[in-house]
Amino acid sequence: MLNNTLVIKMAKRKRYTKLFEAEIVRKAIGESFIKMNPMLMMKNPVMFTVEIGTAVMLVVTVISAFNGSSAQGSFGYNLAITVLLLLTNLFGNFAEAVAEARGKAQAASLRKTREITPANIILPGGEVKIISSSELKKGDVFIVSAGETIPTDGEIIEGLASIDESAITGESAPVIREAGTDHSGVVGGTRVLSDKIKVLVTGNPGESFLDKMIALVEGANRQKTPNEIALTILLAGFTIVFLLVTATLPPFAEYSKTIITIAALVSLFVCLIPTTIGALLSAIGIAGMDRALRANVIAKSGKAVENAGDIDTVLLDKTGTITIGNRKATNFYPAKGVERNDFIKYCILSSIADQTPEGKSILELAEKNNIKTSDGETKDARFIKFTAETRMSGIDLSDGTSVRKGAWDAIKNYSNNCNGEIEELQQFVVDIAEKGGTPLAVAVNKKALGVIQLEDIIKPGIQERFERLRKMGVKTVMVTGDNPLTAKYIAKMAGVDDFIAEAKPEDKLRYIKEEQQQGKLVAMMGDGTNDAPALAQADVAVAMNTGTQAAKEASNMVDLDNDPTKLLEVIEVGKQMLITRGNVTTFSLANDVAKYFAIIPALFASSIPGLNALNIMHLSSSESAIMSAVIFNALIIPALIPLALKGVKYKAIGATALLRRNLLLYGLGGVISPFIGIKLIDMLVSLFV
Amino acid sequence: MNTEIMGVFAAFIITILLAYPLGKYMTKVFKGEKVWTDFLSPVEKLIFRLSGVDPDKKMDWKENLKSMLMINLFFFIWAYLLLLIKHPFMNPMNIGSMEAALAFNTAASFVSNTNLQHYSGETGASYFAQVFILMFLQFVSAATGIASASILFKGLSQRQASDLGNFYNLLVKSVTRILLPISFVLALVLLLNGSPMTFSGAKEIVTLQGESVKVATGPVAPMIAIKHLGTNGGGFFGANSSHPFENPNYLTNMLEVITELLIAIGLVFSFGFYLGKKKLGMLLFGVMTIFFISFSSLAIHWESRGNPLIDNLSISQNAGNMEGKEVRFGAAASAYFGTASTATSTGAVNSMHDSFMPLSGGIFLIDMMINAIYGGVGVGFLNFFVYLVVAVFIAGLMVGRTPELLGKKIEAKEIKIAAIVLLIHPLLILTGTAIAAHISAVNPSVGWVHNPGYHGFSEMLYEFTSASANNGSGFEGLGDNTNFWNIMCGAVMLLARFIPIIGPVSIAGMLAKKKTIPESAGTLRIDSATFGVVLISVIVIVAALSFFPALALGPVAEFFSI
Repeated sequence: MLNNTLVIKMAKRKRYTKLFEAEIVRKAIGESFIKMNPMLMMKNPVMFTVEIGTAVMLVVTVISAFNGSSAQGSFGYNLAITVLLLLTNLFGNFAEAVAEARGKAQAASLRKTREITPANIILPGGEVKIISSSELKKGDVFIVSAGETIPTDGEIIEGLASIDESAITGESAPVIREAGTDHSGVVGGTRVLSDKIKVLVTGNPGESFLDKMIALVEGANRQKTPNEIALTILLAGFTIVFLLVTATLPPFAEYSKTIITIAALVSLFVCLIPTTIGALLSAIGIAGMDRALRANVIAKSGKAVENAGDIDTVLLDKTGTITIGNRKATNFYPAKGVERNDFIKYCILSSIADQTPEGKSILELAEKNNIKTSDGETKDARFIKFTAETRMSGIDLSDGTSVRKGAWDAIKNYSNNCNGEIEELQQFVVDIAEKGGTPLAVAVNKKALGVIQLEDIIKPGIQERFERLRKMGVKTVMVTGDNPLTAKYIAKMAGVDDFIAEAKPEDKLRYIKEEQQQGKLVAMMGDGTNDAPALAQADVAVAMNTGTQAAKEASNMVDLDNDPTKLLEVIEVGKQMLITRGNVTTFSLANDVAKYFAIIPALFASSIPGLNALNIMHLSSSESAIMSAVIFNALIIPALIPLALKGVKYKAIGATALLRRNLLLYGLGGVISPFIGIKLIDMLVSLFV
Repeated sequence: MNTEIMGVFAAFIITILLAYPLGKYMTKVFKGEKVWTDFLSPVEKLIFRLSGVDPDKKMDWKENLKSMLMINLFFFIWAYLLLLIKHPFMNPMNIGSMEAALAFNTAASFVSNTNLQHYSGETGASYFAQVFILMFLQFVSAATGIASASILFKGLSQRQASDLGNFYNLLVKSVTRILLPISFVLALVLLLNGSPMTFSGAKEIVTLQGESVKVATGPVAPMIAIKHLGTNGGGFFGANSSHPFENPNYLTNMLEVITELLIAIGLVFSFGFYLGKKKLGMLLFGVMTIFFISFSSLAIHWESRGNPLIDNLSISQNAGNMEGKEVRFGAAASAYFGTASTATSTGAVNSMHDSFMPLSGGIFLIDMMINAIYGGVGVGFLNFFVYLVVAVFIAGLMVGRTPELLGKKIEAKEIKIAAIVLLIHPLLILTGTAIAAHISAVNPSVGWVHNPGYHGFSEMLYEFTSASANNGSGFEGLGDNTNFWNIMCGAVMLLARFIPIIGPVSIAGMLAKKKTIPESAGTLRIDSATFGVVLISVIVIVAALSFFPALALGPVAEFFSI
């Protein structure tokens, strides 16, 4: 068992390894050749035309081998061009194959978690039978006991268990999952550490989230995202334009009494069409999904991830996202005339039996104040449990002292202080609430002695994240059950743009609808069943993996880490995908300028000597100029694979500044770099030609 | 020389000063707001009553395009049939009918606002044809462009609505409220400067040598007014604006060049006013102007410098390259006129483009290849809009958001249409020229090209570029009144006219129905200078990359070979 966990953990660590692993590269090289199949190439119009060009050149090369005439160039030259074009195709295929292989490796490490395991299915008759997990169908119910692995995804319908989810999340601390709560979901491959649960299977084999995600990163059945489709159309348009440019060149040359070799024409065409982006387009898409998966987010579709980049408004739950889990006691306010240490002592007494995090935090704070109670004091004491009726909890000591703790209005009604004292305490209560805290009052023998301040602790670093979001143009909205006063204070402290206080599930839904009415795209994260309508309404909905099945069904992504701030990472992944595509497109088109200056003078140098003036790079010969351009065109593809896989870094500096930056880098860079590259290659090539 | 450049500069400044208020005025006309020309509404009402059109009917983009195509088809048939017959009245010179291919070419040419003239002006068309066919089409073709632009504006300003205005209403108002009043003033000025206005046929004149000659005349002044204002360019005379009756002096020359830019520039401003985005309007104007000023400067530079081959003969060229130019205009004003005439789709010429220096001719070609530096009235903006869509798409991706134009998402459908429209121009120009080049190469005896070599190639390239840009100017020197050129160019003109109207208007119609996304910090601001750079790059990349080899073989090869 231990061994098994270890393997999974190692697989987990593998996610952060280098870009090109030997094993992945080996697989990808093989795939590059398989992908030459025209039926597969047809999906990518740009690269498909390159393949046709390669085929044409192959024929020309074969003919020039047997034909004495050198009208179409020498055999060696034709062969060199053919090989270079073939390489261009292979490089493009390699880029896609690497992305897929990385995705597959990623998927495999997730799949390991769903190896076939035995499942104790409960048959309709009630008896338990052991079957293979792969036979489980939607609607089946199985039992898992301590030490066993959960065979497939499902929802607990009976019982509670502590579960080791490290195989999925990498987090070693066990988590509690319980029927009927918002944390009733269990994931196949995780292990039950204690207790026994009855689980309802929620999906047929092959239909789970993970299966969908695996399909997305593996690429085979990958659906293109909307922006990718639009870009493909635009690139196809450019390809047709360049097809026209090259196809009309022979008649032009005929008029100018020049002969253009087929090799030169095909080279010109391949250099002009946007091969760089054409070759890397699908790799960029797959790598984007892969990055989402590396962030432990499972997306139902590529579209969902792409949409995330467009999000205008994000709804975030206060608890767990903006503030650390639970409220903590941060101060004691004894009433006038009450000894502070005495008050704290009573606070301890009131909380000794309180198992809530708030209660525990009161004890912690008291400890920090170096105040303790002796065991003798609580001997034979009677603990009073919190009830909805009294809205107080506390303790009745054996000496007859009764200590009560509760919300201020409950204590106020319960105690019999004089008006002056009430007013004084009331002041504490108002002050605390205004600063975003929650007041709890403590009364001894029906006399209120003071107020404990409970406060939300804002997560460190969350302000910076919201600031970053603001620069991206994303509005953050905090959702909380707190009263408006408290909510406003926390919202201000955390730096969110808006908040929904005293939120009920239908408030979230309404808020989302209102935002969408204005044309905005809204994202939210949720886990509970009552979140499901809002999740379904949101444009990007991320469910926690531990959430209920309803919440997961309504979402288009699932976060395996249950980390509420994950939404921010998903948004960046979505933006990165678009930016990488946009920048590589710009780079690819900008490259054409230099290629024209290399090839056009080369085509006409002999018949129109004047045009040699355009040979501003002073390339050594026509043949070497054309070959250098083709070599550069081919090499730029593998050179940009790392960029395609890692994605262009998104910088939250505002759209115009970002555009300026990328325009300089990829636009101007795209114009200049091929001049340098082609010149250097030409210097090398001219040594051989 | 300096005075000449000052003259050009003054002409451009005056153009902008007039175009700005015109833009405001046109916006009001488009929106149906109160304007001082409202006294003309009875005329419009009469037109609507006679034609049975309901000008208030709300139409979506499909209905609008259908109306636009239907009425233009009617205009085409009207022109074609009437050109086929010899006109028994308003024909004092007794000019015969046109043969079928020429009539087709001429009808296509004037319906498409091109005004490529394969017939020879004053001797090829009767007064009836000049007034009721050609001049009439000059008005309505210009109005078609303006109305289409207005529909685009409305489409871009709509929020989730399909109503794009009423094409018929906009067509009529473009004539009555914009074209007619300005033309009227213009014609008067031309008249006062010596342009004739008569229906009485050629005048017998005895020259100084004592010979008796017939001087062609006719209803010239009004036709010249709309010829420039509507970026038509089809003159009364074959010699176009170099003819002293069409363009008597430097002042009228200035006036003509101003008016051909006027509405095109005014519409760019109008776009800003219509959408309440003045800054964006200014940016688009700025982008176009950067191209326009650069191109004008280059052309003026090369023309003022003169021909190095003549320098080699030790002949003084202080006046610049004056071959094919009128002394009353000079080299700079002629170069500016040529740039303005090709940048807008006017195609009027006050000098022979054939005789310009090779790279000036190249500039004229690039002007028409881009076809959106101000461009033809209305259609220039529609063409520019396509570049805008592509630029927004690429820039949008570069900043990591689904590209948006004015709050509307640009998606696959819009990109598909934009790609088709972008494709159509190189398709028509390059394939047309390729066919012509091939025929000339295998059979030089067709006798089209009178100047062999690179220049001959430029002539063929120019002819197709001019037809496809709906420009209408000619490089001349090309024997183009043949069935091949008449039919090919006629077809090119029609395709290149209507596809680039249908495309942008349908994109606007689709965008109109979409939700408007509010701006945020992540939204790309398209009124920023940075976006202007993207826009310029897209225009350069698309135009330069499509036509670089063709230009290299024509003007560029000629330039380097001098």
